[in-house]
Amino acid sequence: MKLKALGMLAGAAAMSIASFAANAAELNVPSLVYRTGPYASGGIPLADGFADYFTMINERDGGIGGLKVKVEECETGYKTDRGVECYDRTKEGALVYGPYSTGIAYALIEKMTADKIPLLTMGYGRTTAADGTVFPYVFNFPSTYWNQATAIFNFMGGELGGMDQLKGKRVAYIYLDHPYGKEPIPTLDKLVEKYGFTYDKYPVAPASMTEQKSIWLQIRKTKPDYIVMWGWGAMRETAVKEATNIRYDMSKFIGNWWSAGEEVATPTGERAKGYRAATFNGVGMDYPLYDDMKKYVYDAGKASGDGSKAGTVLYNRAVVNAAYIHETIKLAQEMSGKADISGEDMQKAMEQLDLDAADVKAMGMTGLLPPVKVTCANHEGQNPAVLIQEWTGSEFKIVTDWIPADTAMTRPLIESDAAAYAKEQGITPRSCS
Amino acid sequence: MEFLYSIFVTPFVEMWTAPEFLAEVVLGGLMSGIMYSLVALGFVLIFKASGVFNFAQGVMVLFAALNFVGLIDAGLPIVVALIATILIMVALAFAIERVVLRNLVNQEHIILFMATIGIAYFLEGLGEMIWGGDVRPLNIGLPDDVWFVGDILIQQSEVFAAAVAGSLVIALSLFFQYTRTGRALRAVADDHQAALSVGIPLNHIWIVVWAVAGLVALVAGIMWGSKFWVQFSLSTIALKALPVLILGGFTSIPGAIIGGLIIGAGEKVAEVFWGAAYGGAIEEWFAYVLALIFLFFRPQGLFGEKIIERV
Repeated sequence: MKLKALGMLAGAAAMSIASFAANAAELNVPSLVYRTGPYASGGIPLADGFADYFTMINERDGGIGGLKVKVEECETGYKTDRGVECYDRTKEGALVYGPYSTGIAYALIEKMTADKIPLLTMGYGRTTAADGTVFPYVFNFPSTYWNQATAIFNFMGGELGGMDQLKGKRVAYIYLDHPYGKEPIPTLDKLVEKYGFTYDKYPVAPASMTEQKSIWLQIRKTKPDYIVMWGWGAMRETAVKEATNIRYDMSKFIGNWWSAGEEVATPTGERAKGYRAATFNGVGMDYPLYDDMKKYVYDAGKASGDGSKAGTVLYNRAVVNAAYIHETIKLAQEMSGKADISGEDMQKAMEQLDLDAADVKAMGMTGLLPPVKVTCANHEGQNPAVLIQEWTGSEFKIVTDWIPADTAMTRPLIESDAAAYAKEQGITPRSCS
Repeated sequence: MEFLYSIFVTPFVEMWTAPEFLAEVVLGGLMSGIMYSLVALGFVLIFKASGVFNFAQGVMVLFAALNFVGLIDAGLPIVVALIATILIMVALAFAIERVVLRNLVNQEHIILFMATIGIAYFLEGLGEMIWGGDVRPLNIGLPDDVWFVGDILIQQSEVFAAAVAGSLVIALSLFFQYTRTGRALRAVADDHQAALSVGIPLNHIWIVVWAVAGLVALVAGIMWGSKFWVQFSLSTIALKALPVLILGGFTSIPGAIIGGLIIGAGEKVAEVFWGAAYGGAIEEWFAYVLALIFLFFRPQGLFGEKIIERV
């Protein structure tokens, strides 16, 4: 009996040592994914792009600073409880997380701050986490939902011939009835105050994303001047199809950047021509980075999926996400003077991340990844902006230059909401001066 | 006061002033209801024959559609893929009877219900393992445009679905009424033990009924999949069938159709005319409220069998 206990103890010790060695020898970047369930259409390209980028880095450069990057996937099904469970299961030695879910992001903010692991919610999650004095471990560069909303309305204003032309216009806001879809509503209310348009809210229940008939009946009746969609999962393709069914002018239908994937418009094909969506990353594979991706990943048979998603909007977005993390790891290693960095080192580096046009060119990602400059106080980056892409009938093409967000309006809102959060949580905002 | 006005005055004024729009909403709702009925039919078949609420019916819709579209993508002609999928659904019925149901004969209904939850998870995982989690287009030439009658919009796909649902109901009614197996099914539905005592093989009947439910699931999967592609959200359409079943009765095929029509029209009218007063998205719960209101007056559902037990 004693021998058995001793054996078990020795086994456990050996496993601990092995696990420590494994952790020490790798850079642990867990990937919370949703390859299954109703949101898989968006989740698969995101998971593939993230994994393929780090496969390329491991194959081409032998990892980062001599250490291989370990991307361990955990399936969340886009469910908040499972996302939190995945985090708890994989957080040992983790450097950063990006769960691609606003619900999961909200649930992880306090846990990750306590664990000193940065949460990079690139273009999603809690907008007010852009205030780094209150949310030191949460980052949402290169832009947030609130700023995206203002940029979309700036685009509309430009198209109408001036922001004053928005007065009296009617907008339909279709959104997933989920923390993600509700996130921009405070900004929309402010925009209404500022520009004098009206908007009708049309929530789509997650349980019946493909049943939107009553919404489109109302839209047929109210005939809005624009439709703005904050969609995810099957609700997006359903909305686009229903819009074409009622013969809505697709050029007045603008999706947010999570409603910008090819899978949104492909089912409707040619009839969806003109559908527009915001984005902050390039589309296609016409970037030098893809030469390496092809050489070290696709041609080597090491792609995460079947390779068919490469170059699509959401795949590229995940590549951009991975590239930001890659650059942050390099910076963290440089700043700490060691290869085997911690979450805390990552946080410090992320606050110093400054990628200008020359850096992006060196990464082979000009036009694919937006330059960004993060600071201690501003975790969203200095120049939040969007591009507008348009569906040609078979693919998306970017049709505008960068459209700046209205940060003069959103920043005070961000700071006041963050201050309220700090008060509620008993947090003393840190000084960034 | 404004809230009360939006509940008791505004909707009726809108209906009165725009009767064409009201007609379109009701018509659209009826069409949606037919789509729900297609899913509800599968539930009814299994409940009728075994008294089991098949939690896996929604996933069976997904599984059938996944196999169908997967086989087409693999290069099979549509007709061959259809026949192969039918065979798969029949094989699935065999497997379910052999592996799950046979071992649970004489168990409480709740045990069988729990088993169907297991079947649902298994099928979802199996479908994902074989065909992947990607969204798959299903283009088999079903009508996909709209008609305008005056200013009223009618979707061709839904008219087609209504025709298919009508044909299915007729076919199933004939099957139940005039075939030997159909009569046996009705006997089993009435009384398991009495049916067994006159030599009707329960296991055989279960295979038949699960196979027919599988075929109904395939039809529903093709209809929904053609509209919005085949994707994992298909399994959640079962939720839309629940109020239909509560309203129409769990044992009535015409009940599934009539229930679908009432739920479809009711929820659309509620959402369009009263939704704004409650902040929108009320059709999710309104369908259940509507079904519950009917239950106050007919606890067995509109067409369900009234069970009278001797005390």
